[in-house]
Amino acid sequence: MSVQKKGWRDLPTGGLILEAGSSHTYKTGGWRTYRPVHNPQKCINCLACWIYCPDSSVIVTDGKFVGFDLDHCKGCGVCAYECPKKVRAITMTEEAEEAKD
Amino acid sequence: MWERLYIASGNRLPIIMTTVNRALSAPINIHCDHSDAMGARDAGWIQLYSENAQEAYDNLIQAVRIAEHRDVRLPVMVCMDGFIISHSIERMEMLDDMPVRNFIGPFKANYPLLDINNPVTYGPIDLQDYYIEHKRQQAEAMKLAGPVILEIGKEFGETFGRSYGFFEGYMLDDAELVIVGLGSSTGTVRSVVDELRAKGIAAGLLKLRTFRPFPAHEIAAAIGGAKAVAVLDRSDSFGAYGGPLFSEVRSALFGKNDAPPVVDYIYGLGGRDFGIADVHGIFDDLQDIVQNGAPEDEVQYITVRE
Repeated sequence: MSVQKKGWRDLPTGGLILEAGSSHTYKTGGWRTYRPVHNPQKCINCLACWIYCPDSSVIVTDGKFVGFDLDHCKGCGVCAYECPKKVRAITMTEEAEEAKD
Repeated sequence: MWERLYIASGNRLPIIMTTVNRALSAPINIHCDHSDAMGARDAGWIQLYSENAQEAYDNLIQAVRIAEHRDVRLPVMVCMDGFIISHSIERMEMLDDMPVRNFIGPFKANYPLLDINNPVTYGPIDLQDYYIEHKRQQAEAMKLAGPVILEIGKEFGETFGRSYGFFEGYMLDDAELVIVGLGSSTGTVRSVVDELRAKGIAAGLLKLRTFRPFPAHEIAAAIGGAKAVAVLDRSDSFGAYGGPLFSEVRSALFGKNDAPPVVDYIYGLGGRDFGIADVHGIFDDLQDIVQNGAPEDEVQYITVRE
């Protein structure tokens, strides 16, 4: 969902944000240089990635990893780092390469 | 420290700060000059300068109204000269609490911090897609502060008997030789203007009260007809072409028909005395400029040992 941005006459002054949860509609995925790619064959659903993700971008349903929220993932790579060494179900790949698909 | 000032204005907080102007180290010095406030002139604060204790007091009361005005909501610095005003004994009139309370009136925040039923986010990050809009709002508020300052200065006069504008002109209407300054030294200039007027010399003074927002058009109208103008800067902007006040005054006059030559005197740094003889020297220079044109060095230090 794209947000229609207001001009200076219509914005609240002082940088105030009047509504709650605006970070949901504010997409920060465009900052990403490296994209996390998940391998379901290797994943053991320990959910370390979900615990450590600083942007709440690991989507989990019924205790299972189901995907990344790429609208908000900034590509920091913490998920790949925290994935157990014996598992390594997440690899960071060039965003530019992934975005071609 | 410095960015705090920008945060106050950027968050549109009507904070009032009494700024007792002083020199900045190094070398260590806390005596009067305007280096502190002038260094903060781009921080988005309204700046009112005071000649004496009475003006500092009156400006402070008006500052609350100006800052809290719904069109403005900007912080205000009320500047007074360190030691010369802050540590001297002068006669002044204190007002009773109730009339001042009535003059100021209640403050109504647009979005009170403690309004738990309508919570908002204060001070969020503001990136490339919004920041300039918020700065544009600040520029507008500063522009709207102009008429508000005039309106409140007039109302203060009607209520308490002392009116205030952007500046005070002394013997200015027909003045040919004009000194523009701000702060306590303007009292010294005024007394020399009296001496010169008694001798038939058309000297005048423009004492600036409102430096931010800078009343460029009003100043140009007030001194555009003079034959020579000297600006007094009690701070330097090292490496700039002249002190902060000079840059603004000269810019206000630039491009006007028959604009007078404008020269700058950087004086009184670190609390160095600025006396009657210094003012006479400046008016002598202005007379010389009228006869022989502006000197090559339009910006010079005075009250300094060579």
